[in-house]
Amino acid sequence: MKHTDDFAPEDLPAIEVLPPAARFSLRARPAQAEVLGRALGLTLPGRVGERTGEAGREAMCLGPDEWVILAPEEDGAAIVQALADAYGEAPHALADISDREIRFRVSGKGTLDLMAMGCPRDVSAIAPGRGARTVFDGATVVLWRDGEEDVRLDVWRSFAPHVRDLLETGRAELAAGL
Amino acid sequence: MLLIHCPYCDETLPESEFAYAGEAHIARPADPSATTDEEWRDYLFIRSNVKGAHYERWRHVHGCARFFNAVRDTVSDRFLTTYPAGAPRPALSDLEASE
Repeated sequence: MKHTDDFAPEDLPAIEVLPPAARFSLRARPAQAEVLGRALGLTLPGRVGERTGEAGREAMCLGPDEWVILAPEEDGAAIVQALADAYGEAPHALADISDREIRFRVSGKGTLDLMAMGCPRDVSAIAPGRGARTVFDGATVVLWRDGEEDVRLDVWRSFAPHVRDLLETGRAELAAGL
Repeated sequence: MLLIHCPYCDETLPESEFAYAGEAHIARPADPSATTDEEWRDYLFIRSNVKGAHYERWRHVHGCARFFNAVRDTVSDRFLTTYPAGAPRPALSDLEASE
């Protein structure tokens, strides 16, 4: 069997580990979303799977009362402070999960085929600019579809080697034309 | 694979994202210490085990993580409906009428 390095890299999806980011899990009643969004400097999306972004901060709605917030690493303390200040007006639960997940980016030709190897959900049905919490071969992943063939995956740290290996194996299978 | 409609995500998604969570609409006795052993046993263990439309709980564990209720035909595995947890139990006659 030929090694993946023998194939032209532009024909295969690229798998990279993205640098650490500040990441928060935000739980609150939907009625508080407007106030909390204002404190974060963005509009919290109202429906599951929708995303918003503003000035490097991103939010995705994961459940009817749950959001994930991503921001540059140095922005984390400011987010904690901003939401603590808003607590009186809008009760909520904010958990810092920056260290809980590793972030992969898969991009380039064949990305959707690679995703289909692990995700039972039809990833092509998630419109670019949306996302979902779903499952990749048994591991929960938060999938952000950034472009037609461009996705980011947030994977729990302990599952990351497993997911990484599967992605690499899938890439080798794509290279072999399987 | 079953396709299940999550009432919170409002999408029909593969079964692998969900976890089954037993029969629905089983209310915990308000005062457990006042129940007899037989009543407590029935609450804990005795289930209807119907052949046909079964009211059951599911959890969208690899998704919005919410519990919801479903009515599934245990013979054909077809889902008649799904509805949010806490919503009243839909009458079977209404479900069959809407088909």
